[in-house]
Amino acid sequence: MEPSDAELIAAVLQGDTASFEPLVKRYQSRIFATARRYARREDQVEDIVQEVFIKAFQKLATFRAEAPFEHWLMRLAVRTCYDFLRGHQRNRETTFTDATSGKTDWLEQFIVDPTISQENAAAARELVNKVLSQLSPAARLVITLLQIEERSVKEIAALTGWSISLVKVRAFRARAEMRKCLERMARSKYL
Amino acid sequence: MNIEELQKKVLTVARACPPSDEVPYAFEKRIMARIARETMVDLWTLWGRLLWRAAAPCVAIMLMLTAWAAVSLDFNGNSEPIATDLEESVLAPLASLEDAW
Repeated sequence: MEPSDAELIAAVLQGDTASFEPLVKRYQSRIFATARRYARREDQVEDIVQEVFIKAFQKLATFRAEAPFEHWLMRLAVRTCYDFLRGHQRNRETTFTDATSGKTDWLEQFIVDPTISQENAAAARELVNKVLSQLSPAARLVITLLQIEERSVKEIAALTGWSISLVKVRAFRARAEMRKCLERMARSKYL
Repeated sequence: MNIEELQKKVLTVARACPPSDEVPYAFEKRIMARIARETMVDLWTLWGRLLWRAAAPCVAIMLMLTAWAAVSLDFNGNSEPIATDLEESVLAPLASLEDAW
């Protein structure tokens, strides 16, 4: 039988560093999926995941076991991703000229049946990435957590460390920012 | 173009395309190697912190001794006995050397 999270954490805190490896193995796929929502390049994704686990190891003594370890780790992951976005906000894409232009019919087709065409799926993903990369770090984080991952405001507040009212305000601003971004894209004939 | 509608479509697409949760081969080994290195660095950091913590009491002791020395000098009226004692202590090995010469 595999040891529980609590047992592994207790062993790590007693000095058995090797007990941290099963924890990494258990949660790394979830952290990778989270990191890939915010970083596109695989080397950046790996750096984020590595940073999350290093922070988790260093701060393990502060884990109070009031909530599951996974929640605590996800909080670390979201905050690390937010720091990553803030650190890379100068690299945000500002032009659409490098992308292929077209109509939104394929977007409609993709929504109706995502398996209908590989090209449509790739184009849809490209468009989503383009739009999200245009947003400010806070807006991108809120849109991702609230609209894409469909988490509740309370959950987002717990993950980000923001107050519930701040999450609501940022969500409102993020939606407006996203609309503006789409308008700009439409004007520049990207859509 | 209806931007509201477009926004909904983009978000629907984003929900329909969850990112991959694929993990590079032996990624956990890389993390553990990094942690091992970090732990080594941490020992030095700990030593540095201890030295910094020790610095404050050392300065305090030095100031207390200085103050005590100054006060005792004031009571004695001159600094000669202490200076003489110090000189004798420092030069004691040399004095025995001179005898041997």
